[in-house]
Amino acid sequence: MMAAPTSPLIGVLALQGAYDAHVRTLTALGATPRLIRVPAELDALDGLILPGGESTTMLKFLDRNGFFEILQSYVKSTPTFGTCAGAILLATHVESPAQRSLAALDITVQRNAYGRQIDSSILTAPTSLPGPPLEMVFIRAPRITRTGPTVETLATRDGFPTLVRSGHILAATFHPELSADPRVHQLFLTLVRQHHADFARQSH
Amino acid sequence: MADPTSNGTSSFHEPALRLKLGLAEMLKGGVIMDVMNVEQARIAEEAGAISVMALERVPAMIRAEGGVARMANPKLIREIMAAVTIPVMAKARIGHFAEAQILQHLGVDFIDESEVLTPADETYHIDKHAFTTPFVCGARNLGEALRRIAEGAAMIRTKGEPGTGDVVHAVRHMRQIVSEIKALTVLSDQELYNAAKVHGAPYELVRMVAKSGSLPVPNFSAGGIATPADAALMMQLGAESIFVGSGIFMKERATPLEVGLYEEGDVYKDGDWYWVKIKGEWQPDVPIVRSNFGKPIDPSLIGQPRNPEERVEAISRARAIVIATTHFADAKIVADAAETVTGTMKGLAAAAIEEKDLMQTRGW
Repeated sequence: MMAAPTSPLIGVLALQGAYDAHVRTLTALGATPRLIRVPAELDALDGLILPGGESTTMLKFLDRNGFFEILQSYVKSTPTFGTCAGAILLATHVESPAQRSLAALDITVQRNAYGRQIDSSILTAPTSLPGPPLEMVFIRAPRITRTGPTVETLATRDGFPTLVRSGHILAATFHPELSADPRVHQLFLTLVRQHHADFARQSH
Repeated sequence: MADPTSNGTSSFHEPALRLKLGLAEMLKGGVIMDVMNVEQARIAEEAGAISVMALERVPAMIRAEGGVARMANPKLIREIMAAVTIPVMAKARIGHFAEAQILQHLGVDFIDESEVLTPADETYHIDKHAFTTPFVCGARNLGEALRRIAEGAAMIRTKGEPGTGDVVHAVRHMRQIVSEIKALTVLSDQELYNAAKVHGAPYELVRMVAKSGSLPVPNFSAGGIATPADAALMMQLGAESIFVGSGIFMKERATPLEVGLYEEGDVYKDGDWYWVKIKGEWQPDVPIVRSNFGKPIDPSLIGQPRNPEERVEAISRARAIVIATTHFADAKIVADAAETVTGTMKGLAAAAIEEKDLMQTRGW
């Protein structure tokens, strides 16, 4: 039987992008971060974060040495949180333009849907998370234009989902790692603990 | 007491600056490539660049050809923005805020107030707080970096010596900044006031660096990086991303590799007639057009590389530098990447450049 980890080991994909910011947030919340650049480093993680950045660049790296296929099967069983480009990687469908994705989360994502950097914005809105309204930092953000039946929407912008969950997969089109509010990462760590508790119960 | 999170004129908690820094965070661990046309931009994106810098001449050409180097033509910048989905940067001359206003209007994602272009102001840099678009600026030492940050820069890149393919000054500037940061961290509070004077930088920023042991904005590296090993070197010395200018697409000092494809607008010969394909339609060519496009081609060549060998070389360089930047600490991966490169720009030793011809001394 596997014990629920006290300081969960969370991988942060570091091919390129906002991995530093996630590491800072995870460390502040008492988790142990590990930067992931090659498949071997995925070993023994409790959870995985796919950060923001350029999804096209990340895909180039995933195309090498079978990383894409390894990651595709890995996220099926490991709690995974994708922000921005990470959410694009997790989606079943990607638009403008269409591109390959891990298809772990039943959503359709439209890239750079709000425009370029001058259209980036910080919004604060009520969400289904406990506590006050949540600050959401959108950087050249994508838009979730469709969610499948198993997908729960936890936050929205203009009626479109910005934070969604389905089973052990969490995805945000904004950047909680760039806000001081830790609730989204806390939610992910809770999800990690639940997943391992469920796993422990099943295998008991 | 001053707000320790202020950069002098604007707080790091202020939304406009946070958005600028946010994009800079997204660009970490990657390569930003100089491109002079749409085809180069596509090659850069396909190779895994995180961003492209749109300009008319790369530094090596500016150095070789001389003249006044200015912001690129808006038409070129728009074409490149339309051709790729990754962020597009463009350069404005130091102090030339009107060029910066144009770039912001065009919607470029980052403006580089760059010493590669001919400075437009001998005293003042652009007030970068006045813009929504984030700025990156060059620096050779900590004081210069902090002065640019005080003016609103959201990213610093060490200057190196652009257009040389010689990494020595990029190394010098990165080592300089990193050692000056380390030195600040051991100073007492009372010593920091004098450190601000020594560095010629705002006290609030000097104090922030002393407490955090790092710049308050991402610190990238530029100026002479030409090989996968150069990229790995700069990343290990503390760079958070890499700018590659002339290193990808240049062959000789002023000659780019030919990476273009035969395309519509090229001319082909049929008996005594010359034809040109415009908007999908074959039309009789007039000699004045033909002289612009060089030798006639077979129409089946459209979409094929004009110079397959040189195109492959540029692609190999771009891919290998991207891989080496991400896997900078893994010598095996960097070695494998370096092995795939089919050629490297000839380069120009930075030590052979006269003081008056250095680009890095522009700005202060």
